[in-house]
Amino acid sequence: MYEHDITLTVNGATEELTVESRTLLVHALRDRLDYTGPNVGCESGKCGACTVHLDGDAVKSCTLLAVQADGSDVTTVEGMAEGGADSDADALHPIQRAFHEEHGLQCGYCTPGMVMTAAQVLEEEPDPSREAIRASLKGNICRCTGYHNVVNAVESAADSLRNLDPSTAGGE
Amino acid sequence: MSDARDGRADDARTVGGEESDGSTSGDRLVGRGIDRREDAELLTGRATYTDDISSDAAHLAFVRSSVGHGRIESIDASEAEEMGGVLGVYAWADLDASPSPGVLPIRTESLDCEVPGHPVLARERVRYEGQPVAAVVAEDRYVARDAVEAVDVEYESLPAVVDPAEATADGAPTLYETAPDNVALDAELGDAAATEEAFSAADRVVELELVNNRLIASALEPRAALARYDADTERFTVEMTSQSPHGHRGKLAETLGVSESRVRVIVPRVGGGFGHKGHHHPGEAMAAWCARELGRPVKWTATRSENYREGAHARDHRTSAELAVDDDGTVRGLRVDTRAAVGGYGLGGGASMPGWYGRLLSSQYRIPAIHCRTRAVFTNTAPVHSYRGAGRPEAIYVTERLMDAAADELGVDPVGLRRRNLIAPEEFPYETAVGASYDSGDYETALDEVLDAIGYDELRERAGEPGDDGRYRGVSVACFTESTGGGFERGVVRVRRDGSVAVYAGTHSHGQGHETTYAQLVADELGVPYDDVEVVEGDTDDTPDGTGTFGSRSTVTGGSAVVESARDVLRAARGVAADRLGVDAADVVSEAGEFRVVGRPERSVSFADAARAAETTDDGASEKGEGDGVAFEASTRYEPDGTAYAFGTHAALVAVDGETGAVEIERYVAVDDCGERVNPTIVEGQVHGGVAQGIGQARSEGAAYDDDGRLLTDSMLSYALPRATSLPDIETRATVTPSPRNPIGAKGIGEAGTIAAPPTVVNAVVDALSPFGIEHVDMPLTEENVLDAIRTAEDEV
Repeated sequence: MYEHDITLTVNGATEELTVESRTLLVHALRDRLDYTGPNVGCESGKCGACTVHLDGDAVKSCTLLAVQADGSDVTTVEGMAEGGADSDADALHPIQRAFHEEHGLQCGYCTPGMVMTAAQVLEEEPDPSREAIRASLKGNICRCTGYHNVVNAVESAADSLRNLDPSTAGGE
Repeated sequence: MSDARDGRADDARTVGGEESDGSTSGDRLVGRGIDRREDAELLTGRATYTDDISSDAAHLAFVRSSVGHGRIESIDASEAEEMGGVLGVYAWADLDASPSPGVLPIRTESLDCEVPGHPVLARERVRYEGQPVAAVVAEDRYVARDAVEAVDVEYESLPAVVDPAEATADGAPTLYETAPDNVALDAELGDAAATEEAFSAADRVVELELVNNRLIASALEPRAALARYDADTERFTVEMTSQSPHGHRGKLAETLGVSESRVRVIVPRVGGGFGHKGHHHPGEAMAAWCARELGRPVKWTATRSENYREGAHARDHRTSAELAVDDDGTVRGLRVDTRAAVGGYGLGGGASMPGWYGRLLSSQYRIPAIHCRTRAVFTNTAPVHSYRGAGRPEAIYVTERLMDAAADELGVDPVGLRRRNLIAPEEFPYETAVGASYDSGDYETALDEVLDAIGYDELRERAGEPGDDGRYRGVSVACFTESTGGGFERGVVRVRRDGSVAVYAGTHSHGQGHETTYAQLVADELGVPYDDVEVVEGDTDDTPDGTGTFGSRSTVTGGSAVVESARDVLRAARGVAADRLGVDAADVVSEAGEFRVVGRPERSVSFADAARAAETTDDGASEKGEGDGVAFEASTRYEPDGTAYAFGTHAALVAVDGETGAVEIERYVAVDDCGERVNPTIVEGQVHGGVAQGIGQARSEGAAYDDDGRLLTDSMLSYALPRATSLPDIETRATVTPSPRNPIGAKGIGEAGTIAAPPTVVNAVVDALSPFGIEHVDMPLTEENVLDAIRTAEDEV
């Protein structure tokens, strides 16, 4: 079995570790580095619960090998709020807060992936329609909410983020 | 009386049922959709699910049967045992030689045959593909899976049968010699003679042959367990994915052959259950057994495919159904004969579960005679057990499909036919012909509400004709009832001398928000700040024995238990306050955390002061002495005064493309009545999720086996769960008819959507296809199935 020394920057912290060639990124994050926010739901890239940002792009960390991420910046859901994973309800990232206020989560297992996907969606399209939001979440399965309140949350987060960011406030 | 209102309303309302003990409503929390206190840890990733628990645990993985039915000829584990990092490889012989029975308990008392329970590892026979045959424990999860691949099992294949109707045919392969016809249970419900009479006398009989498709619960978190064994105390501690911590404690004790006091079950955050995590499966039992065998913690986390292959699966009925109806639309009788798959083994009470189904067949209607025959049938498939709805969706589907078929036969509007047969508000409590005692209801108000919301009359006129886009529109309603809140729960309310309150319950929240809901209930009862109330669930050493969270029962039963305890605590606190005020307890009222003398409101003692003064009295709730910090404590074993029957009416507008068979749900409206809504936002979330799963059954989901018993839908690539793009916005409205059978006035809501959505969607699609002369299409309504129905109908013309 080949082993590799890799370096990941996870939520701003530099992490050096040795992984096997076959070690999945999600297992490196969870089992080796204790970032248990990304969850494993399907191991086939269908459910999206393991979604993280790799150099700014939302990726499913169960479909990547850890060695492929060598040298990359990884952001997990633990890195979203300014206060990190210890943030209470008053200190959440605007997207997390919108999920909270819109009851966009129930069991919470898909939620880290939903939040990370939504973050990229809103980065690319600050004012998406409901249909566009639904299309962008197609790769993230939620079994609890029926997506209704998830879509509401992303809509509401889009409003908050636009109001925060003067360059996009008010849309076109 | 009911009142219809927008489900989003978050106005404070007085709860129904029994009056609270001396407390008057101030700013009540009950009835407000406050944000959940569970959310922050789930949103930030710091929540701990079972697989998140870090430890030095070894990892367990299973070798599973590759055949649907067969005999094990040999198991060769020599290569696996030699692999570096492998700690042990086990088969049935190892379990058999140990002090543990190693067989998951089965409840056979209601069955017609004696059959063994599910062995944790297969004995000489395997009865479904995916059945655990051997277990491997290794230092890491990758090595464990390598070792699984290295175990060589030889099978003698036996003929398999996977369809419950085919399994009862002459000459079908037999799974158990004690059940030669594969029938585990042959149950009758209702009066056969009276039903026969009703059918003879009726003007018409409408018949349908129905398939209720096999489903997989698909909680997003796979099942997992982390087991430890303490040799000094001879005690197991199992942290696991469970809906029923105490239920799993009892079942694990039985499988391991130890007393319940030797098992502690701790349930951390759970990523969805839907029934599936209420059952006892081999994984947690084998992890515990291995932890004792190896003397170190053992973790087991199922892969998605393993979860799908070992089940439990759900539904899977083949049903013949008939409705006797007069020309004026009066329903006279209902007759049902259904065969329901059990799978290869009965799990717990799973084999007798189909026997519960008949109780809901009356739906919302006055049906004078009903007869139901239910056969539970062994098949070479994963075991079948309760999944969100558990028998109720199957029953309501039959009745609601028949109502539409009867309307079609009579040439009348399906809404009018339903309205004519609805049980009226003044008829409650109402005893149905299948022995259900409905507590309260105002069915017509819910029906009118949904018709208004969707604009039924206008849509009715457009239905059946292709629109401008060439698609056919269909509109539907389906009515339903739902039995909720069975069994008992215990709830403990403990007030510390600093005034803080802890609530301990035997239920378990895995998305339902009990920490929020129970705190709302108790804060209101005691008049203390919401933030002062903590809710604890999920550790059998810390919480009172409970039944668990399933069957839409937690608020009704668990919530009532904590409310009763809170009332006992309040009574004790009022006694202390009365002492301090020097008056009789009867002269003291509780108001927003203050005890006041009647008529002299300036004389008061706060709840917190009463807690501090508690050692001076021994009134009421069990009071702890000074030193342990507990001021008041009460424990209640609560069992409702009968079942609370939730109800509602859902409606859908669909568009069907006659060229491709594609179905689009353009609108979906749910009117639900679950009595008092403690947290309307959480209630609506339950409706959304239930409807989504019900639409999943109607539109896309279906577990499929080939004839040899191999599961074709063994991953999320092939088992089609609803996605954000395949569901519509789900419009919700509420009517409120409190239940008189519990102190909250609540009825359960967890499963309503899974019951209502399948007939709502199928009725709408069949309505859309009426120009083709199509009278029924079986679920799931995939493009292929719909197009097949259209082609078949066109060929027959």
